[in-house]
Amino acid sequence: MTAASVGLRNTRSKEHYNRREVLAGYLFISPWIVGFVIFTVISMTWSLGLSFTHYDLASNTATAAGIDNYKLIFGDPKVLTSLVNTFVYTIMAVPLELAFAMVLALLLNGMARGTGIFRTIFYLPKMTPHVATASVFLLLLNGNVGAVNQFLGLFGINGPQWLTDPHWVKPSIVMMTLWGAAGSMVILLAGLQNVPRELYEAAQVDGASRWQQFWRLTLPMISPTVFFLVIVNTIAALQVFDQAYLLFYRDANESAPDAALFFGVYLFQQAFQQFNFGLAAAMAWLLFVIILIITLIQIKIGNRLVFYGGGGND
Amino acid sequence: MTSQVTGRIPAVLHEDLDSGTSVASARQGSGNTVRRVGQVIRWLLMIGFSLLFLYPFAWLLAASLKPRGDVFDNRLIPRTWRFDNYVEVWHQLPLLAWVGNSLLIAVLAATLVTLSSALVAFGFAYFRFPGRKLLFGLVLASMMLPGAVTLIPNYLIWKTTGWLGTNVPLWGANLFGSAFYIFLMRQFYLSLPRDLFEAARVDGCSLFGLFTRIAFPLAIPSSIIVWIFEFQASWSNFIGPLIYLNLGSPKQFTVPLGINYAMTMYSPTAGGHGDYQYVMVASLVVTLPMMIIFAIGQRYFIEGAATIGIRG
Repeated sequence: MTAASVGLRNTRSKEHYNRREVLAGYLFISPWIVGFVIFTVISMTWSLGLSFTHYDLASNTATAAGIDNYKLIFGDPKVLTSLVNTFVYTIMAVPLELAFAMVLALLLNGMARGTGIFRTIFYLPKMTPHVATASVFLLLLNGNVGAVNQFLGLFGINGPQWLTDPHWVKPSIVMMTLWGAAGSMVILLAGLQNVPRELYEAAQVDGASRWQQFWRLTLPMISPTVFFLVIVNTIAALQVFDQAYLLFYRDANESAPDAALFFGVYLFQQAFQQFNFGLAAAMAWLLFVIILIITLIQIKIGNRLVFYGGGGND
Repeated sequence: MTSQVTGRIPAVLHEDLDSGTSVASARQGSGNTVRRVGQVIRWLLMIGFSLLFLYPFAWLLAASLKPRGDVFDNRLIPRTWRFDNYVEVWHQLPLLAWVGNSLLIAVLAATLVTLSSALVAFGFAYFRFPGRKLLFGLVLASMMLPGAVTLIPNYLIWKTTGWLGTNVPLWGANLFGSAFYIFLMRQFYLSLPRDLFEAARVDGCSLFGLFTRIAFPLAIPSSIIVWIFEFQASWSNFIGPLIYLNLGSPKQFTVPLGINYAMTMYSPTAGGHGDYQYVMVASLVVTLPMMIIFAIGQRYFIEGAATIGIRG
């Protein structure tokens, strides 16, 4: 905090602008302005316009279609299936990843020694490109010869067909996500290390158990971090593509179970395999509105639950 | 969200919380034993989780050293060692071209986004101009924009430029900075004392010189964080090459797209012979540079992540 108070911000006065400085300021930020105009303003406007047309990629022409595309997506049962799949995956993946990351972060935070090496090991999966992860998990999760089921077999459990049984498709993608939970873990760890130690000492003097300390002290103190992760991870989960595509749709010759059809995958298929750009643009806008609504709801709920008095977040 | 720079590293700051129990253990005689048992359980759990995280890597390494028929046998020590795979893979697949393409794209993407974001970040941090607050608000808002939404129009934008099928769409947008990195670097620039710049101005330093001679060199750690983050994102990127390069010749692929291609090519349903050992070698090849970068730049990764956390 001391860094900020002697920093640029506070010595700034509110008087009139210096012309050279104004010009320089605009010049410095001009790359971002150009990029923002092209890749956000034009892009979003174009996609909104596109969603009301039938677009022909070959001739590069669009013909007006009114709300046809929107009628189509609301009438297409596959859109509904993919939406439900995406929600189910999100509801499974976000809390599980957060809980797992929390366990790892708490374990790491309480270590006297060896933090560095364990943190490195936990983080390695996050450094692994999805393609590599998928080619390994594709074989690890194989229902007949995969290592996961072999391991379960040691305990007499007859493992499921992870990649073909519709009930187990989502859990197998969740497992891949959990393997990379260290991304959330390091953020939580940073939050945990910002909790003032005196608070724990005070809690212990008051005779609070470890369990009570976690729920009454740690969790409220790091709730802004948790809240941030819930929002970011939800947005990511609603757009899930790589894992689902790589596990189930890489081979066009094989039919994938409907349970693996996520919204992101279906959008990709419509746009880049069927070349229904108008329809895909309408789907993209639907996804945007859904993500926006969910995020706003989360912020509304979060503002009631999150404790902003903690250290490090001012 | 009044900003603060995390010019510190959690691991260094970190001290064992458990030492705080001394207060409690003075009151309860058995505190020490409880603590020791707790640490043992903690270590066991950590080792257990480590095995869980490391197993797929061990599996991958073993599979990459097996002959064709044995790839799926789940043995961590191959029955027959095939070191040949590591030589043969370069003949079987255009892996060298893929690595070259991936490297070129990732280095370009990371370097361009670092420079452009630094420039923009300094503009927002140092200069006073009308609309600054509003524009920075837009930067923050655009961070929340889901990538899936602009996927299609961006494709069409690149189509009009005629650069489809080249690697330009995979790094071109990086010329214009990236919202998250601008935010992150601005935090660093805000922590630099303003007196430093005033003194340089008095000495006749140009406004651009303030950036190139003072701000940028002093905030090198933030540039390293951004560079590493973007290198990783670009190196691992799958959907980008899938959209922009997939229709071209396999020689133009990146490693991730190439692995996807090889996986399909070797699949028996596509008429392949199941030479998955080469896919495994290629998967190691795509993973290894990231491991090395992480080993070298670990503290920058953690520091970057900590900055994200503080933002919450």
